[in-house]
Amino acid sequence: MSKHKTRSKVARKSQVNKAGYVFLTPYMLLFAIFILAPVVMAVILSFTNFDTIQFPKFVGFMNYINLLTSDEVFMQYVLPNTVKYALIVGVGGYVLAFLLAWALANLTKWPRTIFALILYSPSMTSGVAMTVLWKIMFTGDQTGYINSWLMEIGIINEPIIWLTNTDYLLPIVIIIGLWSSMGVGFLSILAGLLNVDESLYEAAAIDGVKNRFQEMIYVTIPSMKPQMLFAAVMQIVNAFQNGSVSAMLAGNPTPGYSAQLIVNHIEDYGFIRYEMGYAAAVSVALLLIVQIFSKVSAKLFGEKE
Amino acid sequence: MAAYKGHRMNPDKFEKGQIKLYLFVVPLVLLTGLPIIYIFFHAFKPMEELFAFPPKFITTHPTLDNFRLLFKASRSAGIPLSKYVFNTLLITISVVVSSMALSSAAAYAMSKLKFKGREFSFKINQLAIMFVPVAVMIPRYLVVEKLGLTDTYLSQILPLIPLPVAVFLLKQFVDTVPDSLIEAAYMDGASEMRVFVKIIIPMIKPALATAFVLVFQQVWGALEASNYYINNEGLKSLAFYMNTLSNTSNGVAGQGIQAAASLILFIPNLIVFCVLQKNVMNTMAHSGIK
Repeated sequence: MSKHKTRSKVARKSQVNKAGYVFLTPYMLLFAIFILAPVVMAVILSFTNFDTIQFPKFVGFMNYINLLTSDEVFMQYVLPNTVKYALIVGVGGYVLAFLLAWALANLTKWPRTIFALILYSPSMTSGVAMTVLWKIMFTGDQTGYINSWLMEIGIINEPIIWLTNTDYLLPIVIIIGLWSSMGVGFLSILAGLLNVDESLYEAAAIDGVKNRFQEMIYVTIPSMKPQMLFAAVMQIVNAFQNGSVSAMLAGNPTPGYSAQLIVNHIEDYGFIRYEMGYAAAVSVALLLIVQIFSKVSAKLFGEKE
Repeated sequence: MAAYKGHRMNPDKFEKGQIKLYLFVVPLVLLTGLPIIYIFFHAFKPMEELFAFPPKFITTHPTLDNFRLLFKASRSAGIPLSKYVFNTLLITISVVVSSMALSSAAAYAMSKLKFKGREFSFKINQLAIMFVPVAVMIPRYLVVEKLGLTDTYLSQILPLIPLPVAVFLLKQFVDTVPDSLIEAAYMDGASEMRVFVKIIIPMIKPALATAFVLVFQQVWGALEASNYYINNEGLKSLAFYMNTLSNTSNGVAGQGIQAAASLILFIPNLIVFCVLQKNVMNTMAHSGIK
């Protein structure tokens, strides 16, 4: 009798298990408040005029229209800068992460572990430490390490004031972006490469795969698509998240808007000018850009159903 | 000659073919690592070496002067460095502990418990991996303000607890726990809580370690809360203080202090990652999005 009872209890668990809500709710509550609600609010606010003091006033698509037609800073600087940055740091960084991970996977264990640790280390120097580090490296007089080094090998004759120079600021931000792009995505690819079933390579060799490059295209990548997709998403999110480094290096707005990225534009309108409605519209634009990148990645690496 | 036989990843010993790979990898590893090593040396340079021209890469007479100056600078600012350290420790421990507990519980529910809305909760969490926190800093600020959390420790703790990537990785790992194990425990009359504590937690330790690494990195260097939600100087974080330091103390003399400050922010991350890196790699093997 009692045995029968436990069995029916187990059977019930396999259909509807109320305990699920108990375990899920605490996380989901905070998730809803601090992630979901802000996204929904950003969308709603983007249709309003809001200065944080008066109640938001509905203005329809006005903010979006302004963004696309009359925000010269956005069209002339922010958008081109962001596209350049996203292509080089997002896409370029991703390709580099794959190539590096692939090379590391073909090395023996110890050098691989040490190299991977060094390549990942910039991802640990979050925000402040990263800013300080590069401010010191790019010091504008001859005591700056990069200045003195470039002068020594004769590329430049006098020190360059890197962080206020409108020609160099964006390239610097891009270099820092690439430097810090071997993050979680890179680790995921590396782990994926190390776990590809080896019998697949043998089978492919019999089927006529002739070299490592073909192997990479026909065997390796298709068998680790889920990791490739995860890494792509992480890469693009990191790239945009790290974009705020430009304002930390050179102030917001950056000199002549030369390294103004979309993230800095949001902060500029939101916390400096207090035009929250407009800033929200820019936020939505950013979320859409990330979404587009993710959709493209899903097209490339998603499992076909 | 023999046809191409296919090669193996993760070779056991050094072969000639790997030289090409070293030629590709080593320069990039150096480019990545040298700036960090430079800062490391910089933090221990005495004044005359900081001013040296041409600048030296390696410190010849290491000293702790910069760290001493760092402590002094905070004392003259009215709030002792120890207060910032205390704040950051309190915030970090609260966030890390709650985040790991709530995230693993959610991952267990999403993976092993059957209820209405399970699929949806997993899908929406997976979608939120794409979430870029800086994109919604304004509505986030409004949420914190509306909840009356401005100028509290909670405003620095609660927003950092939900980390969708951590939950995603944990869930992928819970998936690998065999159902038969859980069913057997149910047969013995175990409750869900008991299954969670006695079976799930011990089996997902690598993923928990990874969640720890990721959450720790987020909170240890977090600036957003101190910048926007906190006016009371005494509640702000160490990272915030280090950041003001890097904005105010300019010139070469300030550089040594800044380097010392950034080392203090960097080293704990490095230690945490080094200790747990095996677990992280183990978890990443299950990280794929299907």
